[in-house]
Amino acid sequence: MVTKIISAILTVLAGIGGAFVLYWLLNKLSELLPGKWQDRIKPFLYILPALAVLGLYLVYPAYQTIVFSFANKDSTAWVGWKNYGDLLSSSDFHNTLFNTFLWILVVPAVTIIFGLIIAVLADRLGSRSEKTAKTIIFLPIAISAVGAGTVWRFIYDARPAGEPQVGLQNAIVTKLGFDPVNWLQLSDFRVNSFLLMVILLWAQVGFAMVLLSAAIKGVPSDTLEAARVDGANERQIFGRVVVPQIRTTIITVFVTVTIGVMKIFDIVYVMTNGDFNTNVVGNQFFNELFTNFNNGYAAAIVVLLMVAIIPLMVYQVRQFRAEEATR
Amino acid sequence: MTTTVTPTPATTSSRRGTGLFRRGKANDAGGGQGAASPLARSVVWFICFLWIVPIIGTVITSFRPEEDANTNGWWNVFSDPNFTFENFSQAWSKSGLGDAFVNSFAIALPATLIPIMVAAFAAYAFAFMRFPFRDTLFFLIVSLLVVPNYVAFVPLLQLYGKFNMVGTFPAVWLAHIGFGMSLAIYILRNFMSTLPKEVIESAKIDGASHFVTFWRLIVPMSVPALASFAIFQFLWVWNDLLTALVFIGPGDNQPITIAVSQLIGQQQQGWQLVTAGGLISMIVPVIVFLSLQRFFVRGLTAGSVKG
Repeated sequence: MVTKIISAILTVLAGIGGAFVLYWLLNKLSELLPGKWQDRIKPFLYILPALAVLGLYLVYPAYQTIVFSFANKDSTAWVGWKNYGDLLSSSDFHNTLFNTFLWILVVPAVTIIFGLIIAVLADRLGSRSEKTAKTIIFLPIAISAVGAGTVWRFIYDARPAGEPQVGLQNAIVTKLGFDPVNWLQLSDFRVNSFLLMVILLWAQVGFAMVLLSAAIKGVPSDTLEAARVDGANERQIFGRVVVPQIRTTIITVFVTVTIGVMKIFDIVYVMTNGDFNTNVVGNQFFNELFTNFNNGYAAAIVVLLMVAIIPLMVYQVRQFRAEEATR
Repeated sequence: MTTTVTPTPATTSSRRGTGLFRRGKANDAGGGQGAASPLARSVVWFICFLWIVPIIGTVITSFRPEEDANTNGWWNVFSDPNFTFENFSQAWSKSGLGDAFVNSFAIALPATLIPIMVAAFAAYAFAFMRFPFRDTLFFLIVSLLVVPNYVAFVPLLQLYGKFNMVGTFPAVWLAHIGFGMSLAIYILRNFMSTLPKEVIESAKIDGASHFVTFWRLIVPMSVPALASFAIFQFLWVWNDLLTALVFIGPGDNQPITIAVSQLIGQQQQGWQLVTAGGLISMIVPVIVFLSLQRFFVRGLTAGSVKG
């Protein structure tokens, strides 16, 4: 353990120190140049490492992934559109797409609704209660999907009938006199997929709540009062005055959650690994890569995912820039 | 994100509504309770209860003896209290979570600090130096926010294979540095461009080089932005499973997320170990989160565009 810690500290220091030395050297190098050239070259030396990692970790891989998606499983021969054709005609992948689609349909909308409800209700509590309530709802965001997996196994666990149940949900079900249900294997009506979505909701509603709550508090009081003077009731005020004014935030949160859901991987991987009809795109990508060792399929899945995500991301970045501009 | 990053706290507003919205805070000035209806109050606390129950179950189980934890539900502790610390020591040493815990730090610290340094230098250049194609380059970097990091896995795995880097710490550091770079440059450059230009000008007149100006002036002044990105990136890296699985995989260098997911996979290890392991993996992010919540919210808001 001690050697482990020491070697970890040394690696950390080497990594951070190395980065520092790199900049120091780059700076020293540029100072060897005559004054005029120094001013010209220095900015590029400062941004060079950043550009290098971006090129190596995003630009080159994006290009390479597209190339690999047209090659066979170990990237040694071209296969044309075969990977895409195979995927899009396989019933497994249809299933995966259908599940992912369900996630996209359910999770962002429910996240927003829950986030709004909690934000509005908590806003009416005293400030100390509001803070406590919000911290509790927000806390799961700090917990990894793996942590959430350990937490939620206690809700969904199933034991054979007659044995005492360890999972809370089955404890309730058996208390009511029914037989225990193996929740995570119950794929009728995709019950198990919906139960996995509950975990993500648990983890993400806090995120939506914090942003929406901040937006609601930012709504100018005079607009609320004006509506009240005009005789609007509370529901009308919420629907016609508050919601339109926080629309941008709602959309931003919606898009953010949607992108996250499209790439969902770890919750499914930890809970079911995509078995029992719960597979999603992220998990299938991982399994093509590490279980089936098929680079071609894996790359094709990523390209499809990228094509689906890019419009959302473009919207998001534009939105972000527009709001930064008004800061 | 002006409206979300710096919300106007309703409690400081002098104008008060008397209806549902803002009604609750009207008498906060006197330190009194909010005027929420009992229904609203109970709904909120009921939701909070639902949110916290799974965590409570996990915490309780992690302190239960093996026998109890695996044969009946955690709620039985209320009638039959029986606790032990054995699970934590067993998970920590026998199941290798202690090593994984150290590995997580070895991965997360450089993967947080190096991109900040790299991004801060680039942001400095974009904010304070003049050079050709500056705005074009900056726009290109921001545009890269749209590329999802999934694209990197297949090509980089092959590249790492050639250099025997798979399974090493630098393999993940570099990946996280790449994935976080666009966002970091973007946040930091926007923050730096709001700093007073006169300070930099006068430093220049006093003969300070860019390198000195950067370290002595700009970095200390940028602490709020640096902190919010650092917290966001640290939690992101610490909680990450996919990147670690792809580039390190299970083994000597595995971080805590992989170690715990392995534990979950081996059901015979028992509930008491899985829960103890899960809690060990959560303790650091939860502490970071609770103590730095304010910065974290800011980073999160900005991070909503991370690809």
